[in-house]
Amino acid sequence: MNRNVLSRRVLAGVAGVALAALALAGCGGNDNNTSSNGSSNGGSDIASLSGNLKASGASFPNAYYQEVIDQLKTAAPNLTVNYNSVGSGTGKKEFGQGLTDFAGSDSTVKDTDGIAADSFLYVPTVAAPITVSYNLSGVSDLQFSPITLAKIFQTDIKKWNDPAIAADNPGKSLPDKNITVAHRSDGSGTTSNFTKYLDAAAPGVWKLKSGDTVNWPPTTQGGEKNTGVAQIIKQADGSVGYVDLSDATASGLTFAKIKNKDGTFVGPTIEGATAALAGAEVKDDLTYNPLNASGADAYPITAPTYILVKKSYRDATKAALVKAFVTYILTDGKSIAKDVNFATLPDALQQKALAQLDKIQS
Amino acid sequence: MKTLTQTQTAPPAEPRTSLTSKGGGQRADRLFKSVALAAGLLVLAILGLILITTTRQAWPALSDQGLRFLTSTEWNPPAGKFGALAFIYGTGVVALLSLILSVPISIGIALFMTELAPRRLRGPAVAVIDLLAAVPSVVFGLWGILVVAPALVPIYQWFNDVFGGIPVLGKIFGSPVGGGRSFMTAGIILAIMITPIITSISREVFATVPSADKEAAYALGATRWEMIRGAVFPHSFGGLVGAVMLGLGRAMGETIAVALTIGAAVQVTPNIFAGGDAMPAVIVRQWGESGGEHTAALVGLGVVLFAITVVVNLFARLVVNRAEIRMKGAAS
Repeated sequence: MNRNVLSRRVLAGVAGVALAALALAGCGGNDNNTSSNGSSNGGSDIASLSGNLKASGASFPNAYYQEVIDQLKTAAPNLTVNYNSVGSGTGKKEFGQGLTDFAGSDSTVKDTDGIAADSFLYVPTVAAPITVSYNLSGVSDLQFSPITLAKIFQTDIKKWNDPAIAADNPGKSLPDKNITVAHRSDGSGTTSNFTKYLDAAAPGVWKLKSGDTVNWPPTTQGGEKNTGVAQIIKQADGSVGYVDLSDATASGLTFAKIKNKDGTFVGPTIEGATAALAGAEVKDDLTYNPLNASGADAYPITAPTYILVKKSYRDATKAALVKAFVTYILTDGKSIAKDVNFATLPDALQQKALAQLDKIQS
Repeated sequence: MKTLTQTQTAPPAEPRTSLTSKGGGQRADRLFKSVALAAGLLVLAILGLILITTTRQAWPALSDQGLRFLTSTEWNPPAGKFGALAFIYGTGVVALLSLILSVPISIGIALFMTELAPRRLRGPAVAVIDLLAAVPSVVFGLWGILVVAPALVPIYQWFNDVFGGIPVLGKIFGSPVGGGRSFMTAGIILAIMITPIITSISREVFATVPSADKEAAYALGATRWEMIRGAVFPHSFGGLVGAVMLGLGRAMGETIAVALTIGAAVQVTPNIFAGGDAMPAVIVRQWGESGGEHTAALVGLGVVLFAITVVVNLFARLVVNRAEIRMKGAAS
């Protein structure tokens, strides 16, 4: 009996050590990957900054922010920024409770988010297309109109050779295969933007409304995060789902062209997203909606993301740090954005965003 | 009484007084009693406080939804509708499937290790089973979605083809969902996860069966199986139920492995090859992006899960008490 207990402890210890080693190896790998493409083109003023910033929020722009933070390690070695990709909802909650210095959010602030109105500012940072990715053996270059897309995702259309899909893809031979719809199983800004798009572009047809979590039909499959959805699409022949461009590219998925407001079919590219940003109407608080934007080259499912900063910080150095970091994202960080498949703001909006930062008081 | 002890001879009284006086008297005894009582009450207090605070946090959703929270299957955050029935059902089905798969195997392994295996095989067998318990649940979950789920789809399809036409079985073995993430996949993964727990406790329980009982059974001419049935099982029934309950607790509370493999569909269906969802999985996935009543509803799921776990455990106690009297009575 005693020996059993002992051996169990030893085994648990061995397993623990092995896991720790694995975790360390994982971190090491990441560091190597990201630092290889970081370059040192930081401004001279940012190099003198020192201190640390805490932030949390949306996972959608996380890849870009982490890349920027990584580059900052060489540009401003004394400035540490931690961005925790916990989701827009939690990010807003933590920001509202004063736990973080700024927050990332894909959605605008609602009354229930726990942030006092007029205490914060929106700073738009980047935007990215959400792809409609699919896996259908022997078929490529599919394109969808918004009405067809809405019907597919609420499972009104169940087979790939449905007349509606055929009408969008003239001359294509489509197989008599069941469609498996893959969606985000976790609450997500990507779901929110995708459903908002369907709500706007297929009014009357789309019935699931929009939100971070919607009531998907029971025959659909849910995956964890963007990579989880990409995983389902990769594994199941006949599946279709929505994944952000950065993850869809990383997973090697095939994505469809979507018919935009002007009636042309456009693929999810950075250029398409930038065109959508140019066509979007920007409100006074700098929130804007590039979904279903007009413009012949605009990719219609383009999602915005914001950084929320406080209007006034108690600590003057904190205010300066936040200002400097977000300015860095908007200016020097721009060159990184394209590498990780994010679209930067058009010049006019970028100027407005920078002007927004000047409103921060301390 | 007093008169009786006084009339007795002195020698037996002396050691008694020395025992109590040297240890600091009855005060130490009382102190020990109150410390032990406080420790016992602390557990109850913690449980009570958890229940009170979670219920309070969940109250906005519970009061708004009313009984619908338990009876409706519509979970639609944008529309402000929160019905948890589909998740309660999913938690139950997945836990049940995992127990059906795991209990016979676990008890079989435990019996093999205590009664059948040669002595030098026992050590390695125990080590391997315990190693299974050391694998983190997220690893099981990832294995589930990367390997198990896609590999099971053709097997599910086969079951559906064979049993599809039969009245009740056809409903249970329904048409499998495309990606393979379903009640059954989650159940299989959970079964593998709870097997080490049930096995190691059953093993300990079987080891406590007095060898006198076993030898008595052999002496009466029992075969090995008859001995196990007549001597081992009656003696260890209570412990086995306890082992299964611990496994069930793990199965109902398991979060990440289920969240990954169950498929995230809100429905109540007899089809075990269809996607569903379970309470802990929903909480962990939707928490990050929830707000207002949605958050409260998620806490409400936690309250319901907590309540169900308590009820199941109390019920198990009852079963053990009833059955122990019956089975031990029959054995003796």
